Amino acid sequence: MTTVWVPCDAASLSVGADEVADRLTAAGVTVRRNGSRGMLWLEPLVEVETPRGRVGYAGVSPADVPALLAGALDPTEQCVGIVDEHPWLAAQHRVSFARVGVIEPTDLAAYRELGGLRGLERALTLSPEQVVAEVTASGLRGRGGAGFPAGIKWETVRTASADVKFVCCNADEGDSGTFADRMLIEGDPFTLVEGMAISAVAVGATEGYVYLRSEYPRAVRTLRRAIDIAYAHGVLGESVLGSGRRFDLDVRVGAGAYICGEETSMLESLEGRRGEVRAKPPIPALEGLFGRPTVVNNVLTLASVPMILADGGEAYAALGTGRSRGTQVFQLAGNVARGGIVEADFGISLGDLVEGFGGGTASGRPVKAVQVGGPLGAYLPPERFDLPLDYEAFTDAGAMVGHGGVVVWDDTMDAARMARFAMEFCVKESCGKCTPCRIGSTRGVEVLDRIRAAQDDGVRRTQLVLLEDLCTTMTKGSLCAMGGLTPMPVRSALEHFPEDFGLPASTTEGVRP
Amino acid sequence: MRQRGPGPPPAPAPADPGRAASVRVIAEELRGVRGALLPVLHEVVTTLGFVHEDDVPVIAEVLNLSRADVHGVVTFYHDFRRTPPADHRVSLCRGEACQARGAEQTYAVAADRWSASPDVEVAEVFCLGNCALGPAGTVDGTLHGRLSPDRLAGLTEGWPR
Repeated sequence: MTTVWVPCDAASLSVGADEVADRLTAAGVTVRRNGSRGMLWLEPLVEVETPRGRVGYAGVSPADVPALLAGALDPTEQCVGIVDEHPWLAAQHRVSFARVGVIEPTDLAAYRELGGLRGLERALTLSPEQVVAEVTASGLRGRGGAGFPAGIKWETVRTASADVKFVCCNADEGDSGTFADRMLIEGDPFTLVEGMAISAVAVGATEGYVYLRSEYPRAVRTLRRAIDIAYAHGVLGESVLGSGRRFDLDVRVGAGAYICGEETSMLESLEGRRGEVRAKPPIPALEGLFGRPTVVNNVLTLASVPMILADGGEAYAALGTGRSRGTQVFQLAGNVARGGIVEADFGISLGDLVEGFGGGTASGRPVKAVQVGGPLGAYLPPERFDLPLDYEAFTDAGAMVGHGGVVVWDDTMDAARMARFAMEFCVKESCGKCTPCRIGSTRGVEVLDRIRAAQDDGVRRTQLVLLEDLCTTMTKGSLCAMGGLTPMPVRSALEHFPEDFGLPASTTEGVRP
Repeated sequence: MRQRGPGPPPAPAPADPGRAASVRVIAEELRGVRGALLPVLHEVVTTLGFVHEDDVPVIAEVLNLSRADVHGVVTFYHDFRRTPPADHRVSLCRGEACQARGAEQTYAVAADRWSASPDVEVAEVFCLGNCALGPAGTVDGTLHGRLSPDRLAGLTEGWPR
């Protein structure tokens, strides 16, 4: 009997994967559900098991099913060949995403078969100091955006003394253009569970929470099922893999507030309060959830940990460039021909991502700009496509890698409108605690409206000075990255696309201090 | 629309005398979990559709919080709606990645089409995590990708205007 794989990832479902699966089941074939391979422009990507491997068929609709089963799609462009050998996948280096799209998401036996739980098993044979030392040696840095070294954070929590310590996973992936956390949780949730268990073992935590956004209902369901299975098999609970060490894990669902992706705001929300940002210090590693020492890491940070423990920190540190070690999971989104997940070693150039993997725009028009790192990231023109994806190189260029999201725009984009949108977004999503963010963003919308409406150059220039002043105030005076980084898209739009603000291209020199 | 500040006028008291009892049961069941307020409010919205003004003192009493604390949390988060939901709901993403694929046009068409409808709510949302297949949106809770005004019209065929 033929076995056919149909993704159950939310993105695949959004373009009809369930309907295809139903039709296949009705036709009498065995349907298994995997996560998505991350080649999202091909979804729904159906894979048929053959002796040669799994053969993929792109963009399958329910009406295609009879032809698919009769082999009539084989000579068409819909057949993409053996999926594992697809050039787009073969050119990547999948570490965190090694199993995503390959196995059934909550199949613990398949997870083990493909190397799962090796990291946790090894961690349980080491002392907590040794586990933290492995993570430190790997050079792993926080994937949520700030890039803080994970080993240092863990060591701080490990050496703190308290009656209870926590591990919190930040899965409040609110940045537009990012979806890797969601795809990992929907496609291979045990990797996250294992990473959190290793973290707990290392720092001496007994309780963990995944703060997952409510916009991801399928991820919530998949992760809850995975956690239930992990409990049933002794991966979680009073004795993690029979070690005698306790670790309990729970999922908490966000409530539609972008700011809760900021770590202290997330902690407030987990405690059952308004998601208002806390002043730092004290740092969460010392006084975090309910005032106890707390590891707060992003999904992709924690999902990198099992491999680091399984193969050793040195193996991970051998990948990447400069102080950015390992791989990063980039997400190609927006107006891009081939959007999806690209996991590659740090150091790949922006151009290789956008033109190479992405294939330019979906509309076929020239690329005008890419926004890297979410709504608070910089807009960069194709002239900067030589930039290597590396935390420091991006910071030096007035940009940020952030969570690895890359949103592509064609030449119909209006940079001044997007600068205004950045301020408008900050108005809507600011927690309101600090004035530069709460009030500054509203003033920013007004100033940008005046700039865009300005009829004469004098008015425009006066307003540009005000805008610059406002950006400085927000950058230097805001409590967290929301207000502090909203000027980044605004300033980069102005720097690279002055003509959209009614300025000649050459006058930008004087605008940026 | 997502707006801070004073919300819409509170809904009229529902002719549902059992409501307070239901809210109390939910709050008491979840009282033991750490940071129980958000899970309680999620459960109230899931089972009763929205958070009524009169639910606030009940929840506050069970969780030993002040009414102001509970009110503050209800009004902070977009998910904790304070009015009964309409029969149908369309949420369209206005994040940058979806805008790059023309989401603003789809949003404008939808907002205009149902602007006067009491039966259909059109909401903006910032990112549904479907950024490579935008414009994205949910129609009565189901996620869709590659939306356009035409595709949305097809998905909502037969809905009241």
